[in-house]
Amino acid sequence: MYPNSHSRPDPDVLLAQVQAQERRATRGKLRIYFGASAGVGKTYAMLTAARKLQAEHQDLIVGIVETHGRSETLALLDGLEILPLKTLEYRGHQLTEFDIDAALARRPALILVDELAHSNAPNSRHPKRWQDVEELLSAGIDVFTTVNVQHLESLNDVVGGITGIRVSETLPDTVFDKADEVVLVDIPADELLSRLKAGKVYQTQQAERASTNFFRKGNLIALRELALRRTADRIEDDVQAYRVEKSINTVWKTDASLLACIGARSGDEHVIRSTARLANQLNTNWHVIYIETPQRLPVEQRERILKTLKLGEALGARTAILSGNQIAQEIIKYARSHNFSKIILGRSQVSGFWRSSTLRQLATLAPDIDLMELGRTQSEVSPSAKTAPDTRFTTPTQNFGHYLWASVASLFTAAIATPLVPYLDLANIVMLFLLTVVLVAVRLGRGPAITATVIGVAAFDFFFVSPRLSFAVSDVQYLVTFAVMLVVGLITAHLTAGLRYQARVAARRESRSRALYEFARELSGALQTEQIFEMTRAFIAQTFRVQATLLLPDPHERLQAPPKVSGENSDKVKADLLDLGIAQWAFDHATAAGMGTDTLPGSRFFYLPLLAPMRTRGVLAIYIENPHWILIPEQRQQLETFATLAAIALERVHYIEVAQDALLHMESERLRNSLLAALSHDLRTPLTSLVGLSESLLRSKPPLNEMQHSLAADLHHESLRMSQLVANLLDMARIQSGEVKLNLQWQSVEEVVGSALRASHSFLKHHEIQTRLAPDLPLIQIDAVLIERVLCNLLENATKYTPQGSRIVITAEVGEPFLEIAVNDNGPGLPVGKEEIIFEKFTRGERESATPGIGLGLAICRAIIEAHGGKIRARQALGGGASILFTLPLGKPPAMPHLDEND
Amino acid sequence: MKTINNMPESFVALLIEDEPQIRRFVRLALEGEGWQVFESETLKRGLIDAGTRQPDLIILDLGLPDGDGVELIRDVRSWSSVPIIVLSARSNENDKINALDLGADDYLTKPFGVGELLARVRSALRRLHQAANPTQGIIQFGDVKVDTKARLVTKAHQLVHLTPTEYRLLMVLVTHAGRVVTNPQLLREVWGPSHAERGHYLRVYMGHLRQKLEDDPAQPRYLLTETAVGYRLLLPC
Repeated sequence: MYPNSHSRPDPDVLLAQVQAQERRATRGKLRIYFGASAGVGKTYAMLTAARKLQAEHQDLIVGIVETHGRSETLALLDGLEILPLKTLEYRGHQLTEFDIDAALARRPALILVDELAHSNAPNSRHPKRWQDVEELLSAGIDVFTTVNVQHLESLNDVVGGITGIRVSETLPDTVFDKADEVVLVDIPADELLSRLKAGKVYQTQQAERASTNFFRKGNLIALRELALRRTADRIEDDVQAYRVEKSINTVWKTDASLLACIGARSGDEHVIRSTARLANQLNTNWHVIYIETPQRLPVEQRERILKTLKLGEALGARTAILSGNQIAQEIIKYARSHNFSKIILGRSQVSGFWRSSTLRQLATLAPDIDLMELGRTQSEVSPSAKTAPDTRFTTPTQNFGHYLWASVASLFTAAIATPLVPYLDLANIVMLFLLTVVLVAVRLGRGPAITATVIGVAAFDFFFVSPRLSFAVSDVQYLVTFAVMLVVGLITAHLTAGLRYQARVAARRESRSRALYEFARELSGALQTEQIFEMTRAFIAQTFRVQATLLLPDPHERLQAPPKVSGENSDKVKADLLDLGIAQWAFDHATAAGMGTDTLPGSRFFYLPLLAPMRTRGVLAIYIENPHWILIPEQRQQLETFATLAAIALERVHYIEVAQDALLHMESERLRNSLLAALSHDLRTPLTSLVGLSESLLRSKPPLNEMQHSLAADLHHESLRMSQLVANLLDMARIQSGEVKLNLQWQSVEEVVGSALRASHSFLKHHEIQTRLAPDLPLIQIDAVLIERVLCNLLENATKYTPQGSRIVITAEVGEPFLEIAVNDNGPGLPVGKEEIIFEKFTRGERESATPGIGLGLAICRAIIEAHGGKIRARQALGGGASILFTLPLGKPPAMPHLDEND
Repeated sequence: MKTINNMPESFVALLIEDEPQIRRFVRLALEGEGWQVFESETLKRGLIDAGTRQPDLIILDLGLPDGDGVELIRDVRSWSSVPIIVLSARSNENDKINALDLGADDYLTKPFGVGELLARVRSALRRLHQAANPTQGIIQFGDVKVDTKARLVTKAHQLVHLTPTEYRLLMVLVTHAGRVVTNPQLLREVWGPSHAERGHYLRVYMGHLRQKLEDDPAQPRYLLTETAVGYRLLLPC
């Protein structure tokens, strides 16, 4: 350890901080108005703040506000834009809900959404309103909302204990803690009570009822304290975060992560909530684990465990289910591998042999780890006490056969041993019974083995110990035999069943990793998307025994329906249930959706996005027969691993295609370029000769006679025109091939206009040229050669369509965010209605006119200007005549050198 | 150009060009002006002729079948300062810059006219003579007079105030008067070697110079832009 290492900011923390800042920059901000109970004035405070912002011309709307008929609140809504609510039909009832799609479509800067903990009507997109808000935030919309303290998940049971009323609508603490701002709205209990009496909170008849139950002064004081405390905790977190951000704190927290262990019994939700609170106070992360033992659990208990784990997840924990025989050892193993120093367990209500030892075992196995035993609330003891006895003795019906078989096996042993009595010692007959127990334990598990032991002991007594065919025992010594036989049988049963279980766990683990390995191996050979599609379907069907399909996006990021399955009828039905809308949502948000998730859990499919390093590659849709299946963490983890593998394979194939495309592209570009180069050389060389030779003819000595001279002049003129035409054609071909590489430089407009005029002087001789360039034009980023060409073409065009002596004016001025350059003339003007069409290839002002040119010039101008990100259009000039105007984006000119001292 | 036509011995030009028809009219034009013209079809032949014929002018096509004309410039410049005029296709601005930076004196874009060619030839020759008898430190174009010794610039007898950078820029152009000075060369000589990528400096200062020295900066007569290649101070014939 370096002496000063503790004072150095942890790079991971700083990285997380940078990432959080980046995320915050794009995410909307959440402000929560937080209060102790209904009626303290949260909505009122929120609306007042909103009105103030609206006065500052903020773009805000009211998503949903519950006024509860309060007139003061209603008055505040006046003048605010209110989003209409969505009406949903559910079992014949009309339910109104906040309309998230309308809100996303409207995209205000800020939206007010009351009652964050509200549960949405069934069939809404998300079961909870806070999930809607989450989506609004990720879309970059700021949200104001309200929360009462009793709705906070981790305080749920505490509030329940105080008020005697359990609220079903809860809000995960993580949402509250992640909020950017929390505004505490607080009034003293007496004032709230008087407001209640005055009917300001509820309509009067409701108020009577409410005040007797919930609004007792004692309750209100307690709730107020809770709210204040929770806010104080949060502010402390903020201070902490600030200190970390500003590196004020030199004392860096040691990792105090918490590990909560839950058992099969009910009441462990309490453990989860308490750990969540504790973790929050300690500002640390926490895990929840459940150790699966060979003990068979009834369905509802399993479900409860999964639910408890889910609650942990909702409160911000990482969860896992581990398999093992020895609970304590598994816990320690997990704690060691994940570096936990604090383990939290619930107090077991039955001090049975098994439970009570877990804590003690932990203490012995890991004396260095802190153990915390949590008490349980009174309310939880009673229902669990009721269910606890059934759990031990409820036997799933499908296992009944196993017990029957066990009994038959013991009786069969008795039947076989009976004829052997004369030949065998009784001790050896005992051995036969024990052998049966071992065999039963191996084949059928622990329960049947115990049955076999008990029946074996009974049968031994009944059939073999004298007096035979009676349970009476003459020799007391046999009681020892029975006892030993029973104990040995039970221990054997237990050990064998344990071994069997571990073998099964190992086999399952191995099959999982083998499936992954094989899947990865198969995928590594895949070269086409279709192959990956088929492999993924087949492997998931084989490994998980479920129907799955891959949904892949088209180039516009829209998911495509899977190819029609021509097979069995049932497959078709399932395909019909597939909802592309949910899949698209999962794809866009890179979050799982459908059954078993928070988004549209009513769907029969589970939609898992295929997340690859670069982007989401598609969605894996799985048809779920049994809703609990997807709740099992390992199942889901393995599924996610499969999805990641498929995603990476898809990405690999995608890049193979990209590389092939690039190669093809390069190849064709090379071909095109060499073709163009060859063409341009072969066309230009003879043209150069033509131009030069005809000019030589004109200059030849002795001078030609008038007739010959005029012929030579025409020849020269036409060859010049021809070369101009060829240049245009070649340019057009180059631009059309989409491969114009702009040589963008910061250029001065004045300069480009100047060189265009100089280049065009030969055909401008008979026209009057004016330039009107605005003073102090900024530099613009253009390809000067191409823009000069545009200007030359426009000038040539203007001379072609105007009589000699006409005036041509070039103007340039700034019209943010573009620079506008126009070439105007005072000629006959453009044919009416042809302003757009003249920019098409091979179009001229007049059909079949005597004016030369095939109209390529303007088409090239348009191609060049559009390649620069500008626009070109024609219009009638103000004083008659034509005006062709083009725009070029202004951009941000580069820094200039420091001007000279005299500038 | 009486001085040239009345020279006792005729000047020798070397024409390196693979296209016979182009060679033909260039030869016609030059012979019409009293030049003696030697022709080479290939780069290799051209190199030999440049050494043996002692030409007063080389006209070189950059796109020769057996190699890059730029190589010939590099070679010839290592032992001779004979004017070289380059012929090149349009849209090869970088080739032109390259050729000019290696020491070519001027360039012509195909297709080019005979008049244009002869004008460039005369201007190149005049520079050769000026190098022999340098001017008395006074350069004049239009109504602008540059006195390099006194470091004074006047326009229509009015003193023109130039900033040090503008003056340096003008001096580089004056030193190479009539020739194209490429953008990289100007940047190097005025601002120093580390500024080769800052073409926008040139645009701005060139704009200032034109504002101060040209009658109509949008239609300059002397401080000319060779688009995407460089600038040229055109001296009146």
